Amino acid sequence: MAAVPTDLLYSKTHEWVQIEGDAVRVGITDHAQDSLGDITFVELPKLGTSVKKGGDAGVIESVKAASDLFSPVTGEVVSLNDSLESAPENINSDPYGSGWLYTVKFTDKSELDSLMDYEAYEKYLETI
Amino acid sequence: MPVIFSKSVRGRTGVSLPENDVPDNVSIPENCLRTSPLDLCELSELDVVRHFTALSRKNYGVDTGFYPLGSCTMKYNPKVCEKAAGLDGFANLHPMLTALPDGVKMTQGSLAVIYELENLLCNITAMDAFTLTPMAGAHGELTGMMIIAAYHRKKGNNKTEVLIPDEAHGTNPSSAAVAGYDVKSIPTDPATGLLDIEKLKEAVNEKTAAIMMTNPNTLGLFNPQIKEIAALAHSFDAQLYYDGANLNAIMGKFRPGDGDFDVVHVNLHKTFAAPHGGGGPGSGPVGVKKHLEPFLPVSRVVKKANGEFCVCDDYPDSIGRVAPFFGNFLVNLKAYVYILMMGGEGLKKVSEQAVLSANYIMRSLKDHYDVAYLKTCMHECVLTAKRQMENGVSALDIAKALIDKGFHPPTIYFPLIVKEAMMIEPTETESKEAIDAFIEAMVEIAREAEDNPEALRNAPVSTPVGRLNETKAAKEMNVACL
Repeated sequence: MAAVPTDLLYSKTHEWVQIEGDAVRVGITDHAQDSLGDITFVELPKLGTSVKKGGDAGVIESVKAASDLFSPVTGEVVSLNDSLESAPENINSDPYGSGWLYTVKFTDKSELDSLMDYEAYEKYLETI
Repeated sequence: MPVIFSKSVRGRTGVSLPENDVPDNVSIPENCLRTSPLDLCELSELDVVRHFTALSRKNYGVDTGFYPLGSCTMKYNPKVCEKAAGLDGFANLHPMLTALPDGVKMTQGSLAVIYELENLLCNITAMDAFTLTPMAGAHGELTGMMIIAAYHRKKGNNKTEVLIPDEAHGTNPSSAAVAGYDVKSIPTDPATGLLDIEKLKEAVNEKTAAIMMTNPNTLGLFNPQIKEIAALAHSFDAQLYYDGANLNAIMGKFRPGDGDFDVVHVNLHKTFAAPHGGGGPGSGPVGVKKHLEPFLPVSRVVKKANGEFCVCDDYPDSIGRVAPFFGNFLVNLKAYVYILMMGGEGLKKVSEQAVLSANYIMRSLKDHYDVAYLKTCMHECVLTAKRQMENGVSALDIAKALIDKGFHPPTIYFPLIVKEAMMIEPTETESKEAIDAFIEAMVEIAREAEDNPEALRNAPVSTPVGRLNETKAAKEMNVACL
């Protein structure tokens, strides 16, 4: 598996977050995609909807199982990775790049403090 | 295998039609006429017989071999049950007959089957009343949750949440959600493989409408703390739901009603040997304790003082109809025949044998595979391919290799809480010889995983088609008519 990128933040439910001004880009980690196996379908939240930190933000289906996606922050969904509709396998091949899921304009920047940095996430991975 | 249309030969036919004695000068408007000939297969009778016989030989079922698909209970279904369901008086009974004047008199036999089967299920599960109408396990779950919701509405309870352990059946959360509840997942205690009771205590409160439990759970483990969990639920007037999909492990040993469960559904197409697979038909009857009986779906079969059966819809608190008529009546009939044939002692032996077979497999394979929880299991055991993964051999590879050895694979990647899970359910109907042959195949695969892992990654090689591209199969549907 690829190394955990050092410039991102991570949730316990294996989402990664990249801060882009007043919004964050969200994806799932390499560990998450590896556990899920070949991904066949992604249902992203609708553009413009509000998501809550820890709340449902779509569904991801692989050959093994269907799993909920959780939003790492509270805010409004401002863009979606439309290419996943026809090429969900990008999440497997490039989880930190072309496999990103959506961006959220956050309402409370302090929520980011509860996310893990890469070192904490690597340690967390060792415990599970 | 070529599709049947590719075998068509122009002008070939399977029947000799008599000479046309109908005038063919009928005038049909031009715009109603076909512009191209109808694309039908033109084949002889023998062509058709050979085509479909060849297709049937590519099939695999419990009638052809061992089918240890965990959680699904693919046991052998006695053919005598089919015979009963095929009897003219049952099979050709019109479902609307009870609606005709005096029609009820002509359906007394079938109504008796419904009434008596309800009583038998009450006895097996220690519940007070049953409905046979839900047409599958998950349909039973939804019916049960709707009954619980109706109960809380009637009492004016403001309930919004249902608590479900993550070792419960995967359909439970969706059933609770469709019934209008928010679902909260309770984690499994990694030390025991059972729900973490401390976490449950933290989660349960006055908003809790129900706790849904699968016992034995999806790890094949029985939770002995039922009474404590029931008391906890009832202290908040939450109802305790029993997912009876694994009832085949505990018949004659533990009755959910005795463990203070309020609602139970049972899968007749699993525990009580009605055939299933390929999506049905199933039957998921729901049993309730007395306080929930007014909410059962209609129609209900009632026995009058004179011994006659009648159909009654007059239950003002009922959740209404969940299925047309009386559900999958012929599936229910097969279960009725099976229960009478086995008797109480027989059903107890079914569970004992199912549990013995699963433990025999687990103990025989524990030196070759990691076992998720190495303690006495119930009717199924969960192994993992953790050790084989070190050589790059996954549960999927092992499942495919089993096909080459002539066995149906176990359930893989379920339960979700076990990595590389392989869930094996031998059922009580397999002989020791059949189980030993399976164990031998699994041991051989474990050896191959060390000696020649690459070969396993290419399995199966003995089948009409090799390793399928599962991602492509899930994404690009291309259904052909064979």
